[in-house]
Amino acid sequence: MAKFRGAVVVNTERCKGCNLCVVACPSDVLELHPREVNNKGYHYVYMKSPDACIGCASCGLVCPDGCLTVYKMKIE
Amino acid sequence: MENEIIKPENLVYEKPKLMNDNAMHYCPGCSHGVIHKLIAEVIADMGMEEETIGVSPVGCAVFAYNYIDIDWEEAAHGRAPALATAIKRLNPNKMVFTYQGDGDLAAIGTAETIHAANRGENIVIIFVNNAIYGMTGGQMAPTTLIGMKTSTCPYGRDVALNGFPLKIGNILAQLDGTCYVTRQSVQNAAAVRKAKKALRKAFENSMAQKGTSVVEFVSTCSSGWKMSPEQANQWMEENMFPFYPLGDLKNVES
Repeated sequence: MAKFRGAVVVNTERCKGCNLCVVACPSDVLELHPREVNNKGYHYVYMKSPDACIGCASCGLVCPDGCLTVYKMKIE
Repeated sequence: MENEIIKPENLVYEKPKLMNDNAMHYCPGCSHGVIHKLIAEVIADMGMEEETIGVSPVGCAVFAYNYIDIDWEEAAHGRAPALATAIKRLNPNKMVFTYQGDGDLAAIGTAETIHAANRGENIVIIFVNNAIYGMTGGQMAPTTLIGMKTSTCPYGRDVALNGFPLKIGNILAQLDGTCYVTRQSVQNAAAVRKAKKALRKAFENSMAQKGTSVVEFVSTCSSGWKMSPEQANQWMEENMFPFYPLGDLKNVES
């Protein structure tokens, strides 16, 4: 059981669907949206399994476009 | 559950405040974006938002001035270190850096780069080395690896015809004017954290009048290499790192 829970907020219009955050995530939380695209036509990233997120911010660090905002909370 | 977590007090990572909302023109997965973010973070951490002047190059990063809200100048191709020299000498209290690619720094601007570093100008040179001319369509650069295929050497770089790749970082490290020469990368979270520390050190050196600091980023060009961003990162680890090993090439402590 993880001691920390996290959440990732995606700026979907800024996302270019490069997939680097998906690769960087140690908990397999993120995925490129299989159907939806943004106004530029990119499959943006979304939280596939939000419960697994530990808020490590690895995704945010490697995101070249600064689309990701990461929150982290300690749970009892 | 998400609504409980998404609160300002739980924020651990966001887009740097110095970075504006303009959509970056870089290809998806380009290393330039991460390096821009690191520069914006380091400048904000040092509280030098109003005191920093960047010099943008010709190349993919030509529009760098559109994305980070500091003062910028745009140099002629390869002449960023010469322009930065002038800016720093006229404004010694400003923090001055150049942001250059390998076509700009290691090809057309080799003379300016080497002489600025040899004079020990108190500037930071940020050198993004992706071994290819990205903006113009993936031509061979001086830093292209032996055997690497580009649009102007489609059968791979041949030493007999095209010569050897240029390790400009190692050349600059031999000069007495440089105080800090390091080679970093940004392909994963650990590397990004390390690179940020190196950048911070380089900027601090320039304000401490120690001499020229050079931060080389071994980076990818997924469009020019014709790979997906993750394949490009893997290719970089397998092929670029053996030839351009990461780490400090020179670190003068005094």
